[in-house]
Amino acid sequence: MNPTLLFLLTAAGLFGIGLYGLLAYRHPLRQVLAANVMANGVFLVFIALARRGLANPDPVPHAMVLTGIVIAVSTTAFALAIIKQLHRTSGSPDPASAPPPSAAVDS
Amino acid sequence: MIDWSSWLFDGLLAVGLLLLAWLTVISADLFRAILFFIAFGLFMALCWARLAAPDVALAEAAIGAGISGALLLDAYRVLSAPTLAAAPALSRLPGLLALLLGGVTGALSWVFWRLPPPVLALDELVQARLADSGVSNPVTAVLLNFRGYDTLLEAAVLLLPLVGVWIINRQTPAPLESIPVGVTDSPLVDTLVHLVTPLAVLSGAYLLWAGAHQPGGAFQAGSVLAGAGALLLLSDRLRPTATPQALLILGLILGLVIFCGLALGVMADGSPLLRYPPAHAGLLILVIETALTISIALTLLLLVSGAAGLRWGRRW
Repeated sequence: MNPTLLFLLTAAGLFGIGLYGLLAYRHPLRQVLAANVMANGVFLVFIALARRGLANPDPVPHAMVLTGIVIAVSTTAFALAIIKQLHRTSGSPDPASAPPPSAAVDS
Repeated sequence: MIDWSSWLFDGLLAVGLLLLAWLTVISADLFRAILFFIAFGLFMALCWARLAAPDVALAEAAIGAGISGALLLDAYRVLSAPTLAAAPALSRLPGLLALLLGGVTGALSWVFWRLPPPVLALDELVQARLADSGVSNPVTAVLLNFRGYDTLLEAAVLLLPLVGVWIINRQTPAPLESIPVGVTDSPLVDTLVHLVTPLAVLSGAYLLWAGAHQPGGAFQAGSVLAGAGALLLLSDRLRPTATPQALLILGLILGLVIFCGLALGVMADGSPLLRYPPAHAGLLILVIETALTISIALTLLLLVSGAAGLRWGRRW
């Protein structure tokens, strides 16, 4: 057991918790949170492996995670925009409870 | 001799991360779940610092604590309907899902346990060529020079979610006054904005400049500046508009345009795409990073505002 392995096991735990949240809950805002937890688990794998057995940490995974964090927040913003839009048009953030488009036109 | 204090710190960090992630996922109250997630982001920043990744830690602190929190709380406010209070657990097969959680985590742990030692040390390659890159911070050298192609494409990818938000909002325009007016009357808010905004701009500029030789760079600087912009938005100094301004669009694509221009420009004297002449690499990287900072800050700020454009607000 070494610190790298400890953080790798933590990353596995984060990924599992995020996956559980993504599948166990229907509310889309919860799913966005859970997907972000999963993403952080993946980032943690990169950064933990970057330090493995090296005097200086490997900067290549650092650069990947850095861009990954910025992309993750912008995709989160996009997902939240879709959820808010769904809520505005159907009154519920749950896609399953939204009426089909044709029904919405009829009523 | 085992270093107990460092093991204790790492252990607490790992337990804290897992606990906060679990609370984020299972909290019955969605508002609490979001707050747990913001705390989780700060723990992640601590974790990056602990794992000798200060560049990542800076970006996470600005984005995880600032931008993500603002985005999620805004979504929560818009959705604040009875649907949010509904019981969270909706799965018909919680046992099966828990088994899946355990199985995935166990399988990943086993893989990590049995991971072979690294065969390729990219670190040595980076260190060997660092002198040619024009900067002395290895992460900036990788981002803007050695793997410049990735970053160039990423600058384009970053615009896609924004275009997506614009398309969505065009179909059913969101109410523009989505920031509650009235909370900005307090003199405390004015003082805070007047104190924090110049400091945030200064920090952003410093992070951009420092990125050449120590942790920092366009992504961290852009995130901090977007955070400052979000503060202006919340305190009614900036207001969302339904259509983007020409100057704003120019700022959004500035990073991509300048990056592309210089990437192609170096081909004029026969070198391949994106291979900067070592003598001018430092200057070229600074120019690209400055343009990228502006574009990243504006993109993130517009995503936080949820609108197509921005104009100055009334309170100045």
